[in-house]
Amino acid sequence: MAVTDQGSQTQARRAVMALCAAATGQELATALAGLAAPGAEDIRAPEIGLVMATGRIGGDGRPFNLGEVSVTRAAVRLADGRTGFAYHLGRDRARARRAAILDALWQGEADRPGVEEALAPVARRAAADAAAQARRTAATRVDFLTLARGED
Amino acid sequence: MYVAVKGGEAAIDNAHRLLAEVRRGDPAVPDLTVAQIREQMALLVDRVMAEGSLNDPDLAALALKQARGDVVEAVFLVRAFRTTLPRFGASVPLETGRMTLSRRISATFKDLPGGQVLGPTFDYTHRLVDFGLAEGEQLEPAAEAEPREDAAATPRVTDLLGRDGLIEPSPQDDGTPLGDITREPVDFPCDRSTRLQALARGDEGFILALGYSTQRGYGRTHPFVGEVRVGTVAVEFVPEELGFPVLLGTMQVTECQMVNQFKGSREVPPQFTRGYGLVFGQSERKAMAMALVDRALRASELGEPLASPAQDQEFVLAHCDSLQATGFVEHLKLPHYVDFQAELELVRRMRAEAEDKREAAE
Repeated sequence: MAVTDQGSQTQARRAVMALCAAATGQELATALAGLAAPGAEDIRAPEIGLVMATGRIGGDGRPFNLGEVSVTRAAVRLADGRTGFAYHLGRDRARARRAAILDALWQGEADRPGVEEALAPVARRAAADAAAQARRTAATRVDFLTLARGED
Repeated sequence: MYVAVKGGEAAIDNAHRLLAEVRRGDPAVPDLTVAQIREQMALLVDRVMAEGSLNDPDLAALALKQARGDVVEAVFLVRAFRTTLPRFGASVPLETGRMTLSRRISATFKDLPGGQVLGPTFDYTHRLVDFGLAEGEQLEPAAEAEPREDAAATPRVTDLLGRDGLIEPSPQDDGTPLGDITREPVDFPCDRSTRLQALARGDEGFILALGYSTQRGYGRTHPFVGEVRVGTVAVEFVPEELGFPVLLGTMQVTECQMVNQFKGSREVPPQFTRGYGLVFGQSERKAMAMALVDRALRASELGEPLASPAQDQEFVLAHCDSLQATGFVEHLKLPHYVDFQAELELVRRMRAEAEDKREAAE
């Protein structure tokens, strides 16, 4: 039971971190502004680095190195000791730090619903973007017909 | 031996100031922003990311601006930038089977589960110059349609053939550590993973020409495009301090599954074999050419005769990098005064000896 709880809690945290990764810096600033977040200190100053993106041969085989992606990471500690982390594509330090603070806030049971509510507009915006993209793509769906050859 | 020169500092400084001014062009024309390059020269940005081997659209766009649009110079800037950064680790392997598709086509099956979508493509355009663009076009909004129910599940074409055993499976992960050509020099012969890393960052023109050469008969592989897909894929990474995978974000990639005829061998029945291409951004030409060359480079593994450049690992891998190639070619324009003086002396001496011989003979 305890293990399952641990597992589902990790899943929920991953979902919140994924939502932060999909958010713009402004969206994260707006989410944080509504939460009256306590002060946070850097465990590690936001830092830009690389992650080697790997693919798989044939899409599902042995891995290979595709090339690197630039990544910004941040790690913060709130006054009450909660810690939070963020790893994002790109080079926006302020955005990664905001996401780390949201991750730290989410670690407290009491703050969890507030954080999730503050990020709900991001989820709605991302879902609307994805739906619009899917509709534009769907309009280009093609049905090819094979023609009989005249000489046969 | 190259002997260095010194001096010329003032001229070099002034040349760089002049470069900055020429880069800007006519000041009466508005300055290009990085966002404009990223959004409106997107395929050029993609090429710089692929050959720079760093996915970062804003950085690639800035590099293009600084390089006056010179692709190889922009690749140089991106590669130089990446050397200044620490590496946090390697991603979880990308799940291209689960990417959000913006384009998916097959030349082998017209009725694919999940369907074929053309997406934003130059294919089937008439290649007539649109002078309306020069005037500031009136944009017609993209058409929309309700996605069909089956659009969510889009298995790879190679998986469909694989069910009947008609195509070889992908080589399985045997757990041996991956070589990394950015960390250690390549030893030949090298494994397919190493080759794909080199091809993914290789010069598009060079890979294209080699792929083309296989079609024209220099290492023929009888290729069909099983599938080309373009879309965004999730990039996940397991930070040491967390111990579980986190989503870094999504990025656009292009994947090509090339399906090739194979007549079989003593051990293997006749079946289709595969070539694979995967690149940053939207570049079908590069992904397809990469898949052709990947398959050609498997010649010795498949017991095919080795007779063509595209089958020669060392030839392909040692020459496919645009930055290495330009470095060695363009270094020839740097001062070689001492080398050339030595050559000059040598030629004079040889001429004198030849003259002496002729006189002696007469």
